[in-house]
Amino acid sequence: MTLDPAYLDYAHRREGMDHDLYPWSNLFSRPPLAWPNGEKVLSWIVIDLEWFPITPDAKPFLAPGHMQTAYPDYRHYTSRDYGNRVGIYRLLDALDKAGAKASVAMNSAIADRYPALVRDIVLAGHEIIAHATDMNATIATGVAEADEREMIAASLAGLTRTTGAAPRGWLSIARSQSFNTPALLAEAGIAYCCDWVNDDLPYRMTTSNGPILNLPLNHELSDRQILNVQQQSMASYCEQIRDAFDWLAREAETSGGGRMLALNVTPYITGLPYRMAEFEALLMWLAGQPGHGFATGAQIAASADAQLG
Amino acid sequence: MREGEADPGLYDYLPYRDRPKIAWPDGKTVAVWVSPNLEFYELDPPANPHRKSWPKPHPDVVGYSHRDYANRVGHWRMAEMMEEHGFKGSVSLSVALCQHVPEVVENANRLGWEFFSHGIYNTRYSYGMDEAQERLIIEDSIRTVREATGQTIRGWLAPALTHTPRTLDLIAEYGMTYTCDLYHDDQPMPVATRSGQLISMPYSLEVNDHYGFFIYNMSPREYAQTLIRQYDRLADEGAQSGTVMCIPLHSYLIGQPHRIGAFEEVLRHIAADGRAWITRSGDIADHYLAQRGAVA
Repeated sequence: MTLDPAYLDYAHRREGMDHDLYPWSNLFSRPPLAWPNGEKVLSWIVIDLEWFPITPDAKPFLAPGHMQTAYPDYRHYTSRDYGNRVGIYRLLDALDKAGAKASVAMNSAIADRYPALVRDIVLAGHEIIAHATDMNATIATGVAEADEREMIAASLAGLTRTTGAAPRGWLSIARSQSFNTPALLAEAGIAYCCDWVNDDLPYRMTTSNGPILNLPLNHELSDRQILNVQQQSMASYCEQIRDAFDWLAREAETSGGGRMLALNVTPYITGLPYRMAEFEALLMWLAGQPGHGFATGAQIAASADAQLG
Repeated sequence: MREGEADPGLYDYLPYRDRPKIAWPDGKTVAVWVSPNLEFYELDPPANPHRKSWPKPHPDVVGYSHRDYANRVGHWRMAEMMEEHGFKGSVSLSVALCQHVPEVVENANRLGWEFFSHGIYNTRYSYGMDEAQERLIIEDSIRTVREATGQTIRGWLAPALTHTPRTLDLIAEYGMTYTCDLYHDDQPMPVATRSGQLISMPYSLEVNDHYGFFIYNMSPREYAQTLIRQYDRLADEGAQSGTVMCIPLHSYLIGQPHRIGAFEEVLRHIAADGRAWITRSGDIADHYLAQRGAVA
């Protein structure tokens, strides 16, 4: 047995990353970021609002949470839509109680289909960021560049039409991108994307269409990962978030730089009756911590952008 | 190994009961070593015909960037905490990290950590290599680590745990002392090789943070309790036998803000217990070999 000799060629073996999207950087030795009101930790809540067609498209891949059974999959279609009818309102009330503004990552199909919900979100002062068109619009290498550009444009146009403002941020379904995505997002005027989970703070990416910020939306701290994938309890989820906050707050104190606690929340997961009391208590606990603030992605991006030069 | 045979012939059976005891220094009952995997994964590696690098088409953004978290954030948290509690690392190193992020390698070297090879990249697998190709990656590993750190590697953990039937024979021939790829015992054991003198160094998959979090789906605190129970048991039994406990880590996992605090309790517990010889893999190998004399 032998491998193609090219398998032992290492074309990108050099100092720095093996791509040009962003340079390596040590969180602890780069200039610290200070938050606008001197907060030690900003909690950035990102709520996914997703519409799953009952006719799933598995190309290039099936979105997490999508239909599972033979057609028609009523159980998944309706339990995902539960999040858009009921769960999201529980979350909005909980945010309101805690005085928190969040970023809502929305399929443009949500805006087209449920304008009343969009109004409630906008009136409450939350940010809306783009999250593809619907849950069939997954991105990965293999999607033609023109098709990806068109999907991004359709998502932004749909959201802009309903909300009256162009979204500043973008979250890909399952945080999955193609090699073209960062440049296409920059070209479309997106200020920040949330897909790369390699840091605890925002940093700048460079694309052929100019710069774009990445706000790392920690997937390990998401309700999907902890509650659905790892099958842990809501009590454990809340404990893990509190532990994360405690650690980041201590680090902010010793390093003098602000920290970001990225919480990705899903209405059809967290917004269930039996989970809400603990989630509300978590938000109230966070709200009561000294040096803590809630911020939207746009606020964090604006602050980081000014400081990153 | 005996290629193609049902028993690969890696070692002799030796029951745990009534073995000669390994006496660790200063009457310690368990030798504890922490093994941070300092890795570099490629965004767009070439395909190995026997194993996919990434589950998704490249770029696998979450897979890649999650691991990249280690070199930007996780390592620094983990290393500072280990130093504070008196734990030196024994590094399972993707040696190309010496080129890509020399700062991480220099930091570990300055802290007095030991390095062994975990291949060139954790996205290049040994499956399918011929002997000449496998020699190339072994020689590359020895040369790269020596140039970057001044250390001569003494051990091997196959890249992404991918082996060939020749790997153990070859690393022994190149003078390496231990392999971390065999999981048959809680003590070092002689390994049968064509030449040289190789021993198995107890590493662990069962209490590896990757298994803890993604095979057993433990919460951070459950994982910390698991390590403490593993330690307590091995420290108890080690009074009779002399045991080894390895804590294999990936800082993109253990260095996350919701996990690192719970992990600190583990280091605190072991450091305070008094029965642990907190050391490095090469020191364990030296002590074992000196005590056992030349192994077969």
